[in-house]
Amino acid sequence: MAKKNISFTLNGGQVETLVEPRELLIHVLREQLGLTGSHIGCETSHCGACTVDFNGKSVKSCTVLAVQAEGGTVITVEGLAKNGALHPLQEGFMQEHGLQCGYCTPGMLMRSYRFLQEIPNPTEEQIRSGLSGNICRCTGYQNIVKAVQYAAKKLQATGGK
Amino acid sequence: MATVTEKMEREQKLEGVGCARKRKEDPRFIQGKGSYIDDIKLPGMLFGSIVRSPYAHARVKSINKAKALAVPGVVAVLVADDLKPVKLHWMPTLGGDVQAVLADKKVCFQMQEVAMVLGTDRYSAADGAAMVEVDYEELPAIVDPHKSMDKNAPIIREDIADKKEVGHGPRTHPNHIFTWDAGDKAGTDAVFASAPVTVKQEILNPRVHPCPLETCGCVASFDKITGQLTVYMTSQAPHLVRTVLAMLSGIPESKIRVIGGDIGGGFGNKVPVYPGYVVAIVASIVTGLPIKWIESRIENISTTGFARDYHGVGELAADKDGRIKALRFTALADHGAFNSHVSATKLPAGLFSICTGSYDIPKAYCKVDAVYTNKAPGGVAYRCSLRVTEAVYLIERMMDVLAQKVGVDKAEIRRRNFVKAEQFPYTTAFGWQLDSGNYHPALEKVLKAVDYAELRKEQAQKRAKGELMGIGISTFTEIVGAGPTKVCDILGIGLFDSCDIRVNPTGSAIARLGTMSQGQGHATTYAQIIATELGLPSSEIQIEEGDTDKAPYGAGTWGSRSTPVAGAAAARAARKIREKAKKIAAHLLEVAEGDLEWDVDRFKVKGNPSQTKTMKEIAMAAHTGNRPEGTEVGLEAVEYYDPPNLTYPFGAYVCVVDIDRHTGETKVRRFYALDDCGTRINPMIIEGQIHGGLTEAFAVAMGQAIPFDAEGNHLGNSLMDYFLPTAVETPKWETDYTVTPSPHHPIGAKGVAESPHVGGIPCFSNAVIDAFAHLGVTHMDMPHTAHNVWKTIHKLGLDKNP
Repeated sequence: MAKKNISFTLNGGQVETLVEPRELLIHVLREQLGLTGSHIGCETSHCGACTVDFNGKSVKSCTVLAVQAEGGTVITVEGLAKNGALHPLQEGFMQEHGLQCGYCTPGMLMRSYRFLQEIPNPTEEQIRSGLSGNICRCTGYQNIVKAVQYAAKKLQATGGK
Repeated sequence: MATVTEKMEREQKLEGVGCARKRKEDPRFIQGKGSYIDDIKLPGMLFGSIVRSPYAHARVKSINKAKALAVPGVVAVLVADDLKPVKLHWMPTLGGDVQAVLADKKVCFQMQEVAMVLGTDRYSAADGAAMVEVDYEELPAIVDPHKSMDKNAPIIREDIADKKEVGHGPRTHPNHIFTWDAGDKAGTDAVFASAPVTVKQEILNPRVHPCPLETCGCVASFDKITGQLTVYMTSQAPHLVRTVLAMLSGIPESKIRVIGGDIGGGFGNKVPVYPGYVVAIVASIVTGLPIKWIESRIENISTTGFARDYHGVGELAADKDGRIKALRFTALADHGAFNSHVSATKLPAGLFSICTGSYDIPKAYCKVDAVYTNKAPGGVAYRCSLRVTEAVYLIERMMDVLAQKVGVDKAEIRRRNFVKAEQFPYTTAFGWQLDSGNYHPALEKVLKAVDYAELRKEQAQKRAKGELMGIGISTFTEIVGAGPTKVCDILGIGLFDSCDIRVNPTGSAIARLGTMSQGQGHATTYAQIIATELGLPSSEIQIEEGDTDKAPYGAGTWGSRSTPVAGAAAARAARKIREKAKKIAAHLLEVAEGDLEWDVDRFKVKGNPSQTKTMKEIAMAAHTGNRPEGTEVGLEAVEYYDPPNLTYPFGAYVCVVDIDRHTGETKVRRFYALDDCGTRINPMIIEGQIHGGLTEAFAVAMGQAIPFDAEGNHLGNSLMDYFLPTAVETPKWETDYTVTPSPHHPIGAKGVAESPHVGGIPCFSNAVIDAFAHLGVTHMDMPHTAHNVWKTIHKLGLDKNP
């Protein structure tokens, strides 16, 4: 299959790579670009382990073609910490024990990252609904909710930085 | 009281047992730096994609590889005939049976492994798999285990049709696997014959799947020059797997290295050795190239590691007040097409005989018949010890059935039958010695917390108005921590576990254990045990497990055995080090050992507390020439621990549900869970484990099932159909605890992570069924989906207006 050259912004830097038109974004991120933080859990868009931020929206990168990323902006879990400082969400997940096996965590973090920009001061019900595209098999979500609340509070205090 | 404060400060600094310290694992996970199997990329690595049977039962007449081999990127296609020269087309299972690695002449379940296509990347391998042409001749399938032993039932396993036994005693039919029983049959029958009250209920534990978020997979890498086989694998038991691989392949065990890495959840799914692993390994041995095989989710749910499928019948005999005099439980177990049931050799039905639960029952008998069907092989223990969920579900359901029969409240029936605190250690009718327990106060604490009396009042009012409200109680006892090697072995290897601790000169340490974390936080909690024993800060104790070249042998992490067995090994290894440290301290302080006493992180001279040697000082001295005569250099110890008994965590749960009488939808209003796991090592992690276990219990009780049609076709094997609760459906959990230490565990700890799953499932069921109890309903099978509950509602005519 003829390959196509694509270029897009990834975690603040520009990347360029050759992909097959049928190749999925998750595979290109993980296997070509070496960013294995985003995971594959179901290949059918149900579990959210592959969630990344794409052009200001949460997407499940197992059902996005890599060629669709052309000219776009992608943020993965690897791009969440800034200048060596953890993002308040990362801090929140650690402080509130919002993870166990860690497999859903990158997707949870990336969904929460976008969610808190959509609803900066959410209720618990809004958090549960906002994260309902992401499945966790370990935590029972209660501490994930707390982690997002922790981050929301911290982001509010620091003006969203 | 400066000294008390100072001592407390030193204790706190250690962050040892009892400390809710943050997890050591988290920094890598929250930054996308975990190392899971699919993250591994080796030079020249090929991908394997499996060709699977569309039929549940069929002869494989021919396989044509030609079109697949012509696909760009496809390197090879392996079928059973290719595996025959290395004798790896069949493999032994953990259940004493054999299983086809790739279908040999016939397929016995839908999605069975028929061929593996190797490609240079996952796309070409998948393309190739789609082009392998297999000619099948379809055969009639058996789906219902009740029909497996019919006279004219088709023979599923022609390979063993003539065998009189497959690992566990005589067989009476070609589709029969084993019949196992325990207890006093005659004595039990006699009690039943004369008992004033008896109850009987058919109770199903449906076929479900643990479904961890990461599927199974491996990267096998055989070095043709050195003869070394390295397998990175999603395994909860890397050492046992290495032994199996050595037995299978003939490669010396010392030349096989199994590495667990980070595992994205297991819940029992990642205990067995699956055909995909074996084919990948053979492919690597043949090609000399690393081979990656990763399951898709559909493959995962369809083939690797279903759980349960126990079709039970519970019977209790009691006096007119509901005091139980005898128990008789039987089950028909559907093991699928191959008996790859994970079980200890001597326990083909696992620990099913824990089914007397928390109750003082004088006579008991249980029996399990296992049969083949044309379904995927199994079953694994889904977040429980072997067959414990099935056992606990039966007894906790039957307690309610009995309560309804004698007209006694469901809390009261439990009070009347509990083993009393003064009866421990208590030997059950099946011979298990419950090491410790204190059931009455646990139940009373929970009933008070939820104001049970008030709830029952509210329920009565609602019933008067035609509304459906249910209150479920579960007062379970688990059996975890396999186990004494005399009772429990797998493939002849006793289920001991191990810990190897080395203290560095500057007083930091590394400990390696035979277990394998899949998210339980071992790196955090084991360090806490060692910190308290050695007086060294847990932050400076590194934990390693899962690499068979580095860690001492152990049976892995399943059946809540890590804390009971490997945790005990950690404490005992640390104590050996402390013994040696004491000798060194005595030498350094120029006193006799008997003059010393341990004080948090140091030895001090009795009566002269200013004379001390800290563990850190001793660690340095151990590596110098200034040691007592005759002691070796260094400070390290290994412990291989064979526990004298299992541990018996218990709990008391209450669940309150409201059910919509028109839609059948169940809303969990409240779930209150009290757990007693003995000494609590890290309360934060315990609570997290309980949340997770309750959520998986909720999933099983309310929605999970793997359905088949009459031909053995899967009717729900993707996450579109298979229920994994999201944050929206998942109830909010309230947790509580009591502490009844295990008398035989070095630090009094018991397992915890499975209790909420085992105890939670019957609690949900009991709540849903209780909502209909006033209408004479004694049982409804899981899962309690809206549709299933509605069927009961409709049958009772409750959905009529108004």
